[in-house]
Amino acid sequence: MLEISWLAIALTIAAASTPLLLAAAGELVVERAGVLNLGLEGMMLMGAVIGFIVKVESGSWFVACLAAACVGALFSQAFAFFVLTLRANQVAAGLALTILGGGLAAVLGAGYVGVSLAPMPRIPVVGSELHPWLGLLEHSPLFWLGLLVVVGVQWFLFHSRAGLVLRAVGDSHDSAHALGYSVLKVRALAIAFGGAMAGLGGAYLSLVHTPLWSEGMTAGRGWIALALVVFAFWRPWRLLFGTFFFASVTILEIYAQGFSLAVPPQFFAMLPYLATIAILVFLSSAYWRGRSDAPAALGKTFAPPY
Amino acid sequence: MVYLLPTGLHLGLHLVLHASLRRCLRMGLAVRFLGVLVLVVGLCALGVAPAHGQEDSPLKVAFVYLGPIGDHGWSYGHEQGRLAVQKHFGAQVETHFVEKIPEGPESERVFARLIQDGYKLIFANGYGHTRSAIRAARLDPEVRLEVATGSETSPQVALYSARFYEGRYIAGVIAGHLSQSGTAGYIASLPVPEVVRGINAFLLGMRSVNPDARLRLAWVHAWYDPPREADAARVLIGRGADILTQHTDSTAALGVAAEQGVKAFGLASDMHHFAPEIHLSSIVNLWDSYYIERVSAYLDGTWQSGRAWRGFDGGMLEMSAYHNMPAEVAEAARRVEAQIRAGDLQIFAGPLIDQAGAQRIAAGAVLDDTALLSMDWFLDGVDGSLP
Amino acid sequence: MLIVRIEPREFDTTSTQGARAHLRVLGLAAVVPLLVSLLLGGLIFLSNGIPPLHGLHAFFIAPLSDRLGLTELLVKAAPLALIACGLLFVFRANVWNIGAEGQFILGAIGATGTALFLVPQDSPFCLPALFLGGVIAGAAWAGVVAWLRAHLRVNEILCSLMLVYVAQLLLHWLVQSPWRDPQGYNFPETALFESSLMLPILVERTRLHLGVLFVVPAVALTWLLLNRSLFGLAISVAGRAPRAARFAGFSQKRIIWMTLLVSGGFAGLAGAVEVVGLTGQLVPRISPGYGFTAIIVAFLGGLHPLGVVAAALLVALTYLGGEAAQVTTQLPYAAAGIFQGLLLFSVLAFGFFSRHRVRFTRAVQRPAGQVLQASANLPANPSANSSTNPRVDL
Repeated sequence: MLEISWLAIALTIAAASTPLLLAAAGELVVERAGVLNLGLEGMMLMGAVIGFIVKVESGSWFVACLAAACVGALFSQAFAFFVLTLRANQVAAGLALTILGGGLAAVLGAGYVGVSLAPMPRIPVVGSELHPWLGLLEHSPLFWLGLLVVVGVQWFLFHSRAGLVLRAVGDSHDSAHALGYSVLKVRALAIAFGGAMAGLGGAYLSLVHTPLWSEGMTAGRGWIALALVVFAFWRPWRLLFGTFFFASVTILEIYAQGFSLAVPPQFFAMLPYLATIAILVFLSSAYWRGRSDAPAALGKTFAPPY
Repeated sequence: MVYLLPTGLHLGLHLVLHASLRRCLRMGLAVRFLGVLVLVVGLCALGVAPAHGQEDSPLKVAFVYLGPIGDHGWSYGHEQGRLAVQKHFGAQVETHFVEKIPEGPESERVFARLIQDGYKLIFANGYGHTRSAIRAARLDPEVRLEVATGSETSPQVALYSARFYEGRYIAGVIAGHLSQSGTAGYIASLPVPEVVRGINAFLLGMRSVNPDARLRLAWVHAWYDPPREADAARVLIGRGADILTQHTDSTAALGVAAEQGVKAFGLASDMHHFAPEIHLSSIVNLWDSYYIERVSAYLDGTWQSGRAWRGFDGGMLEMSAYHNMPAEVAEAARRVEAQIRAGDLQIFAGPLIDQAGAQRIAAGAVLDDTALLSMDWFLDGVDGSLP
Repeated sequence: MLIVRIEPREFDTTSTQGARAHLRVLGLAAVVPLLVSLLLGGLIFLSNGIPPLHGLHAFFIAPLSDRLGLTELLVKAAPLALIACGLLFVFRANVWNIGAEGQFILGAIGATGTALFLVPQDSPFCLPALFLGGVIAGAAWAGVVAWLRAHLRVNEILCSLMLVYVAQLLLHWLVQSPWRDPQGYNFPETALFESSLMLPILVERTRLHLGVLFVVPAVALTWLLLNRSLFGLAISVAGRAPRAARFAGFSQKRIIWMTLLVSGGFAGLAGAVEVVGLTGQLVPRISPGYGFTAIIVAFLGGLHPLGVVAAALLVALTYLGGEAAQVTTQLPYAAAGIFQGLLLFSVLAFGFFSRHRVRFTRAVQRPAGQVLQASANLPANPSANSSTNPRVDL
């Protein structure tokens, strides 16, 4: 009875997954460096509001995205200062960042509620009118940037010297320090990268997805990105599958409304979270066998010996 | 409060500076916090003396909005009404608004706060504000509250709403003319009768033109959640809808429709400038005359509880200018509007068959207001179900 | 070359002079965060065209200037204090339960379920049964985390967070489908409880209900358990030095289980109190983020039961202030988050400065090998120095 366009589904899922992919790719690097930043939601909101404001005021998409990334990175340095320099508890500092970011973004964006934008143009694909499936390749530039970032992070972590250092810092900051690497500097840079990506992810929401600014518009996407990093076993490639899975669940939930399923949609929506817990369980058994990629020093405070 | 200040200051200073060393050390942060809290509160209170209201003050009227006034939809429309009240009565009334007040228990404190601050007439625009309003009204027998689209009345709480479904029907007529696929998409919020009625009316309008038309639903389970509304809009377009409408409060659906080149309606206020190339028309709510009437009633002492429910002829509703459609479609829409206004067209006239195939009302009869106010079934032709 | 050295502060608290110095530092650590937050908050007011003192008055004083404001402050602070009391147990044991929000929701669900289906309306045990239902449901939700953490060694931060979302979706399902009020025109909420199933109101014409008083025994119990019981000692030892706890015969698993159950129980109780005292029905927005805010409260209160009460009042005040300021200054309600975030950040910062001294010294030119040697000087167990040092860093 209901004809479904798989093409349209795929495009919708791609649109919903972009902010998750960007934010999660950033957080993955942060966690690989041994820091758990629970402030994703706050950084995304700051990116969303600043990106939107800059777009409205300057008119340039590029400047808007750049500003969102910069603000995310800058804002994340508040977190970095607290957890690295002041050795504050990462859970507390991350939550403070989330709450502060939500409040600041709301105040900053108060004058921009209800302002509308034309959506960001998609990158046209030559010949997309020839076959509808080629239309699948038409996305906003931020989508492609998300893919690029994942490829870049994969290369950086596993094929570059700096990435090796970063992973060493995340696995054992004491050994890395003993080898003469600056644990704090590596972590600060990782946190800045994570902030920039979260800012971009937020900017995608306000510039492309809706496109408008509303308070708290990330609606928990920062937390989902956090789950995604675990879901991906801290591996950039698996992030692609993870975001696809998470985004498809949220989108297919709306599709499934047409089918009067026996399973309530809320149970459907629980799947990503339950799957993340299942993966945590699986990983912990792998951890037992010493084969996990989980950064060993994740969430632990580093105090350099005097 | 004033008497408390010196004591508070002294206590705070004492706790912070002079308490015995041992005790302070043992109690640690706890006591210091209390002390500092008291100290700072005291200092701030000294710094700014609270302003007092003057005698013979104007009637204080408050407006409590579910969403932000910048939503350019539901709450924006009510804010226009508030401005009209202020302009009409001038110094006779003092109006104020609070926005983004969620439905549910938290709103009761807001009502209580407003009542405490001397607001005598309070308008709230959230369906789920009703119970909180009824409870808060007990604080002051003088106070009167009105809830837009609310669920129940009390002697102090009245309800008011527009017959939005009349506008929905006209939008449906336009969609019936314009839809190539014969399928429209409807972003639905919560399954209350108000929303269900709008969905059925839209389908009836479509079917008055195209008897095979279908309407697809996507529930977002919220009145205002722009990213989710955008997701739902994308899904509906993906499922073959070539006309979009929504019962949510933001312009997100119009943004997506513009991006995908699909025509769409606006809601609550004229949303034309958000997407001039695809916007068809908006069902515009007009609250000015109702608010002015009720404020006068309160001032005259003739305010009475009840349920106001007005449509085109009662001045609570109008269709904004018709765009992006052939002249004959706009003409048809105007004709239907005139018929509804004159009472010549009954929208929920039988025979009406529901999704299960049961006849809800026989040919020749019309659903009465009681049936409309508790509607919880969909017409055959609606693809979707109550969640 | 000038370098910054960070050294731990040490106070000889046995001598009067040392104690005085310690007190001075501690006093500063409490005053400065508040002043810094107020100063920054004032700047934010200023940047929005609001006179700072006027803004601060609207935020922190005006809400407390009448009976309604004072009672609402207590109503708002009670769930925060209850949840935070429970969090003290887990945090002191170095177990990071950040899923109190979910446990709060389950508590509300448990109490509602008991009210709707389990107890006869006129039984004298019905009210205690509601609270029991809430506590059990909250503890059970935390029990899932405990099981995963204790037996499967799963990271409790992430799995407790995931369970928050599962709990919210469960709540949405319940109020939308099976527990929806049949007379409620399909609006997602349950039917109202009978008035016999509601807690009495303490002050006429306010919402101050009996449940607010639960905080007093809860705080006393928390203080006793943490400071005067073997359980509390085991928690502190396990939190600060897991190895020592093992040698002392405290089972790590047992501590994880107990602390999480207690923490979930407190959150569940708070959820039950909210439903039975305030709303009288289950609604989708039963929690405006109490579970997450309570984490801030626990930290602001210095992980001390009395500190938690003060911090809960302060944070509740920021919420009320946010609402009040919206009326008088047109600042968005979310501005309350700015004060909460600033407060927590400043407390974190000054927690550090009260424990460390920052000193500018001249660097001694060290040979390259010195770095390695420095780390070789570490104690045999490097974790004692940094990596797993479980001392709760404020």
